[in-house]
Amino acid sequence: MKKKVLTVDDSRTIRNMLLVTLNNAGFETIQAEDGIEGLEVLEDANPDVIVTDINMPRLDGFGFIEGVRKNDKFRAIPILVLTTESDAEKKNRARQAGATGWIVKPFDPTKLIDAIERVTA
Amino acid sequence: MDMNEIKEIFFQECEEQLAELESGLLKMNDGDRDPETVNAVFRAVHSIKGGAGAFGLDDLVAFAHVFETTLDCVRSNKLDPGPEVLKTMLKSADVLADLTAASRDGGTVDPSRTSVLVKELEALANGQVPAPTAEAPAPAPAPKAAAPAPKPAAAAATPKPTDESGFQPVPFSFDDFGGEEAEPAAIEIPLCDVIFKPRPELYSKGNEATLLLRDLSRIGEMSIYCDMDALPPLDQMDPEGAYFFWKIAIRTEKGEEGVRSVFEFAEWDCDLEVKVHEVSAEGSDEDELPMQPVPFDLSALDDTDEDHDHHEDHGDHHQEDIAAAIEAAKVATAVVSMAAAAPQAAPVQAAAVNKPAAPAPAAAGNAESSGSAGANPTIRVDLDRVDRLINLVGELVINQAMLSQSVIANETSGATTINTGLEELQQLTREIQDSVMAIRAQPVKPVFQRMSRIVREVADMVGKSVRLVTEGENTEVDKTVIDKLAEPLTHMIRNAVDHGLEMPEKREALGKNPEGTVKLSAKHRSGRIVIELSDDGAGINREKVRQKAIDNDLITSETNLSDEEIDNLIFHPGFSTADKITDVSGRGVGMDVVKRSIQALGGRINISSRPGQGSTFTMSLPLTLAVLDGMVVTVAGQTLVVPLTAIVETLQPEASAIHSFGASQRLISIRDSFCPLVDVGRILNFRSAQANPTDGVALLVESESGGQRALMVDAIQGQRQVVIKSLEANYTHVPGIAAATILGDGRVALILDVDAVVAASRGQALGGDGALAAAS
Repeated sequence: MKKKVLTVDDSRTIRNMLLVTLNNAGFETIQAEDGIEGLEVLEDANPDVIVTDINMPRLDGFGFIEGVRKNDKFRAIPILVLTTESDAEKKNRARQAGATGWIVKPFDPTKLIDAIERVTA
Repeated sequence: MDMNEIKEIFFQECEEQLAELESGLLKMNDGDRDPETVNAVFRAVHSIKGGAGAFGLDDLVAFAHVFETTLDCVRSNKLDPGPEVLKTMLKSADVLADLTAASRDGGTVDPSRTSVLVKELEALANGQVPAPTAEAPAPAPAPKAAAPAPKPAAAAATPKPTDESGFQPVPFSFDDFGGEEAEPAAIEIPLCDVIFKPRPELYSKGNEATLLLRDLSRIGEMSIYCDMDALPPLDQMDPEGAYFFWKIAIRTEKGEEGVRSVFEFAEWDCDLEVKVHEVSAEGSDEDELPMQPVPFDLSALDDTDEDHDHHEDHGDHHQEDIAAAIEAAKVATAVVSMAAAAPQAAPVQAAAVNKPAAPAPAAAGNAESSGSAGANPTIRVDLDRVDRLINLVGELVINQAMLSQSVIANETSGATTINTGLEELQQLTREIQDSVMAIRAQPVKPVFQRMSRIVREVADMVGKSVRLVTEGENTEVDKTVIDKLAEPLTHMIRNAVDHGLEMPEKREALGKNPEGTVKLSAKHRSGRIVIELSDDGAGINREKVRQKAIDNDLITSETNLSDEEIDNLIFHPGFSTADKITDVSGRGVGMDVVKRSIQALGGRINISSRPGQGSTFTMSLPLTLAVLDGMVVTVAGQTLVVPLTAIVETLQPEASAIHSFGASQRLISIRDSFCPLVDVGRILNFRSAQANPTDGVALLVESESGGQRALMVDAIQGQRQVVIKSLEANYTHVPGIAAATILGDGRVALILDVDAVVAASRGQALGGDGALAAAS
């Protein structure tokens, strides 16, 4: 069975890149545009791994991750944070919110797939 | 979808983000301190930077990065967004827009503009940011984001003791680290001792000890030992605790850095010791290894679970009493949940059975249409496709009209069903047409937004302080109209700021607010869009305009003109009242060009001015350029269409109402006023003699300057919606004629340009006489 990835990002550009990259790598991809939508689709999407942006309207990545971790069913799902901030502070906040790992933009397909494979069985 | 298409999307998105950025900054400029506004502004720049990085648009990334850093200071309340700060930010937004355009269309942005703003932005960021935040942008902003892969090991090598989550620095010898640095010279592959002690947080964040060990095994040959001594008896065990730790001996070319990079995601949530052996001492080191090398069976990872430790089972169940769990383990479901090493495995399957179809629509990349995202779901469609559809609908309308006509021509008495069907068809066609037109309708917002930049730039250039107020920016109008509106509007805005408004000192002396106001508004009025541009400046200096007109031989010094007529002189070709030609508006194009472009859109422009209080330009434009409601009339045997919007009323003149005036002029008295009578057939040269008004019908029309005229036509055939076919595109411009259309019987009819005809009746020649009769 294909692994399912839920991506959460408000940028149409990045969403499309994620979609193309993940589909090419043989993942099934479900997309949401912000944290609120991410949480809304979470149950139905039932992903194996989540890739989320940090800066988003309505509910940002930190809030989204916290929301996912509160859900008993998903409290141990691997969550990767997509972020342009490579500085320690942002990583630290993401980590405290419960992120599993991160991928530093600019978006690089290889890095993305590597990171996903690192955190999934 | 390939990268080029995504790039296309990126630039579209940039446009939106730039608009968002600008409107947010303008809101802040008006005193809006809502954190969400600041966030939206920040996100816009951030988003552009993110996408630009992916496409390697380094200039864009570099500038966006500096901009973002400064915005971040505002966002975190380190920098107060006062007027000066916002001025810089608005200029930066303009440069960002230019850099985006340059990245898309090629070309460059003047580097000096960019570098000046980079310095200003950095000064803002540095001035307020406390020094310790070493994130201050470097003078030459090497984009962090554009740097290649992160250097996790470098970060790992200097663990921060100040970790808020109670991270304790790993006891770790820097001497050894130094030794590792010398390593590359050695031929031997270094041997590392790794002690990996996960804490419970590691699991709660979705990391897996087994996966980390799997990754570690990929960088070198290793032996592994699992220490299970800490494992408490079952009844004291926390199912989500972390009781095991691993000792690993790995021989890897990647050294300590490589090992640590495997634990990049987990380093805060485990105790990790990495010790590199001195190569020379390797042999003895191996003997000292405190563990029994155990072959690590990787294949076990790929299927399930026997050798998984129970504490990795932090899945679906709550922290329940262990005894109860054991009890429950007799129940099949609990067994699944206890035994599942990959905690999600069971629920995944269960849910997949329950809702097999649910993920499918989302998986198709359709998140945008899921409707849950607050705003109306939208799709983006190539404009060509819409235009094609509009053309087809136009043909459909014509075809439907022709069908009706032929049914009427062959009508047999009993054919009511055909008539009913036809009526329904007509109504449907009309609805389809309206709906298709609505697709093309867009809010004027983007054009209005562009104007705020023009105002800023011009105000800066001429040293005035100007505030642009916009109203009704969500008023919708055909996209073609919007596109063609930008140029005349730009020109008028330039004029308003440059000529209309006084210098701040003068305004102050006059008791006005030194900051001038330019107001741009849009609204719908009787099937048209009315755009008003007003300033609170000096108004038109009629004396000066008159003098200029005399100097330019437009009028003689004897000509007696009303105020309105003087004001309208500024629309004369080549007219400019500025004493000196400025950089801003003295570009050789005058208001005549503005007027012509508005007219080309089927619009009218009008000026009203009050000395000392300012001027108002009013433009009235059709909502669409594709169809119009027209009155079909006959003039000298020709069929013409008069736009319905121009017609105030129609009347049958009586002989007593017609009055002669001068040699050839005639007036018609309508109620209590006189109105010039214009014979359309004569104006268009369809006939040489004036027709008898009592034989025809008078159409009372409103002309651009508000005055009324009665247009004489021979007969009215009816009202009809007609599809506009440009004459310019197919033939050539004909004075007095706006366009053509195809009628139900398949014949071409010309659409009358009412304003031109009225103007001609005032004695201004139509020009190009005689070409008309041949055209139809």
